[in-house]
Amino acid sequence: MTRLLITKTPKCYVGGAFIRSESGRVAPLHDASGAFFANIPQCTRKDLRNAVEAAAKAGPGWAKRSAFNRGQILYRLAEMMEARSGELTEAVALGGTSKAEASREVAASIERVVHYAGWTDKYEQILGSVNPVASTHFNFTVTEPMGIIGVIAPDDSPLLALVSLILPAITSGNCVVALASSTQPYPSILLGEMLATSDLPGGVVNLLTGLRSEMLPTFATHEHLRALSVAVNAADRKTLKLGAAESVKRVNLLKAEEPIDWFSDKRQGVEEIRALIEFKTTWHPVGA
Amino acid sequence: MPKTFSKTNPARELVFGDLWEFDPAPETADPKLKKRYDLFINGSFVPPRAEQYFATINPAHETKIADIALADASDVDVACKAAQKAFTGVWGKMPGKERGKYLYRIARLLQDHAREFAIAETLDGGKPIKESRDFDIPMAAAHFFYHAGWADKLEHLAPGRQVAPHGVVGQVIPWNFPLLMLAWKIAPALAAGNCVVLKPAETTSITALKFGEICQEAGLPNGVVNIVSGATETGAAVIQHPLTMKVAFTGSTEVGKSIMRSLAGTDKKLTMELGGKAANIVFDDAPLDQAVEGIVNGIFFNQGHVCCAGSRLLVQESIADEVLAKLKRRIAVLRVGDPMDKNTDLGAINSREQLTKITELVKSGVMEGAEKYDTGCKLPAKGFFFRPTIFTNVSMSHRIAREEIFGPVLGILTFRTPEEAVEKANNTPYGLSAGVWTDKGSRILKMSTLLKAGVVWANTYNKFDPTSPFGGYKESGFGREGGKQGLLEYLKVA
Repeated sequence: MTRLLITKTPKCYVGGAFIRSESGRVAPLHDASGAFFANIPQCTRKDLRNAVEAAAKAGPGWAKRSAFNRGQILYRLAEMMEARSGELTEAVALGGTSKAEASREVAASIERVVHYAGWTDKYEQILGSVNPVASTHFNFTVTEPMGIIGVIAPDDSPLLALVSLILPAITSGNCVVALASSTQPYPSILLGEMLATSDLPGGVVNLLTGLRSEMLPTFATHEHLRALSVAVNAADRKTLKLGAAESVKRVNLLKAEEPIDWFSDKRQGVEEIRALIEFKTTWHPVGA
Repeated sequence: MPKTFSKTNPARELVFGDLWEFDPAPETADPKLKKRYDLFINGSFVPPRAEQYFATINPAHETKIADIALADASDVDVACKAAQKAFTGVWGKMPGKERGKYLYRIARLLQDHAREFAIAETLDGGKPIKESRDFDIPMAAAHFFYHAGWADKLEHLAPGRQVAPHGVVGQVIPWNFPLLMLAWKIAPALAAGNCVVLKPAETTSITALKFGEICQEAGLPNGVVNIVSGATETGAAVIQHPLTMKVAFTGSTEVGKSIMRSLAGTDKKLTMELGGKAANIVFDDAPLDQAVEGIVNGIFFNQGHVCCAGSRLLVQESIADEVLAKLKRRIAVLRVGDPMDKNTDLGAINSREQLTKITELVKSGVMEGAEKYDTGCKLPAKGFFFRPTIFTNVSMSHRIAREEIFGPVLGILTFRTPEEAVEKANNTPYGLSAGVWTDKGSRILKMSTLLKAGVVWANTYNKFDPTSPFGGYKESGFGREGGKQGLLEYLKVA
């Protein structure tokens, strides 16, 4: 008699815990051949608000971690992903991409995490400055994380795009509430499990699955999301910008309707970090 | 050692009564004003197509100074096309070191004409001549001089990436520092290789249009800078024009939000420098006399028409009475009156509209239970003036503690612990600036870390420098002006 396999109930990773949607809703996910794969939580606006709350609790602690410590934790995430890269490849391939292509995406995602792990204690020296003002002040500009960043991943490249949007945000000490690809959410479920074992404090990254159209208006208007880093279509960009105006929210919007080469080295780096930080300038007196 | 001050033994002060008065010391140089100012488009002064003009007045006398051209959407269209043509034809392809030389020329010419510009600024806007002469104009020239040197060094701004100008930049500026805000906008835009269509504030167009003359004198290629004076609709036409790829706005948060909404369907890149309600925090170990000077400079500089004004004074409870007493003595000798007088500390409120707004908010402060104090000094019979005013017994819920007054009105609150000071300082949708007064360097750094504000002044206030990035957190806007961080806002990074 063959042994009946234990299937996994996919859960979202919010506040360091694995949750199902407060609504109890799920949506069936099928593989490329059309066979049933699993039921994916269909999160709601309420789940989004809960996730923002979890991020708000985690934020100050994460921002206070030393840059070296953040770097080690991000590197640990890469270690966790590498160890389960086979599983991640299967998850990416669910959507119909070839195993080879899926494997390439997983490898690029891991490289991206390592890339940002190396930035945690360096971006400040590139972006910040000591400013030679004309008066007797020690004037310097440092970066600070913005706070909680809303991330909305595009449908394509479900792992690499998600990782590329999340990593620059948390590198500088922000927290993230992310909505995974609506059509290929499963890689984000696995990513949550890897985040949970990476020493990243719970609540720093919160991953939701569900319908973009349902949650978009809340991403736009939730005042505790201080910035949005998303890849969405033109109509959604307009919705997000209109909502963002209400609390002068920062927006970093990529066009999902145009091809985005997520594999490119131009999709990573200090400019992506710069988009999600604030600059603070201090005038410190000089004197005995 | 006896304490120099206590409630029973107040510090001695000089009381002259009315024994002597300042003689008037009016600035009399010729500002070389014209009776009528046309639009500066494509290197020439041209009348608006609809032949509409509006009067600009001297807020200190309510007398007309000149007629200013009112640009409509068709004038703005011509200006944007001229800018685009200059960008693709000349400016965008000019080597950075050549562009830089034009900026150096502009800086030098502004210095040449500094006095004339200072007087024009004071006549048109109402600010004291000592401020326009010693701050606005020299600082405007300094911004051009600083950015001139960047023009051939842009590749150092984004290591590992390619930078390129946006093309035509639409800029809308406020009336509180007319020429200086123009310099903050135009200098980095040009250094980065953009061309500009700028709309000055309705009540203060003169120095912007005089700047057109500087561009001519500098031989700046036609269309690189275009100045379109007018009203709200003019500004809307500038920011909404399809050719303006980037929009930079300085003004109120309310207008900033409406601009963000109106551009939601476009790909224009934005920077917003909006309102503020800054906390100026005085700890019990602060050098108090210096702090009092800083408080005065923080709220009464430019009649309080400053987005980063220190409009909420947070004083540690143990020294609150002493600070208040010193502050009252200090403001008693502030001179309010003719902006053209070199001894004047507070000039005219910029417009009747602004005076009404200040008056209304001050009334609300009294109605909501705060205690109002002003010196009762004599004000000129004509013109828009407001006495330096301070409120005590202010609570965080009062309108005067939450809304930007943009006038010479200070609300005083107290705190007991540094944590409470931070909590109160950050309890506002704004986050432009803050002040910290203490003798302890480590406390300055700690407070600076905790304050949610883009600029933190320690034992000083309202200091600016072209090398020092300025801009806000939260609803005070985004993007920076000044320094390498500000300049990068005017470049696309690929």
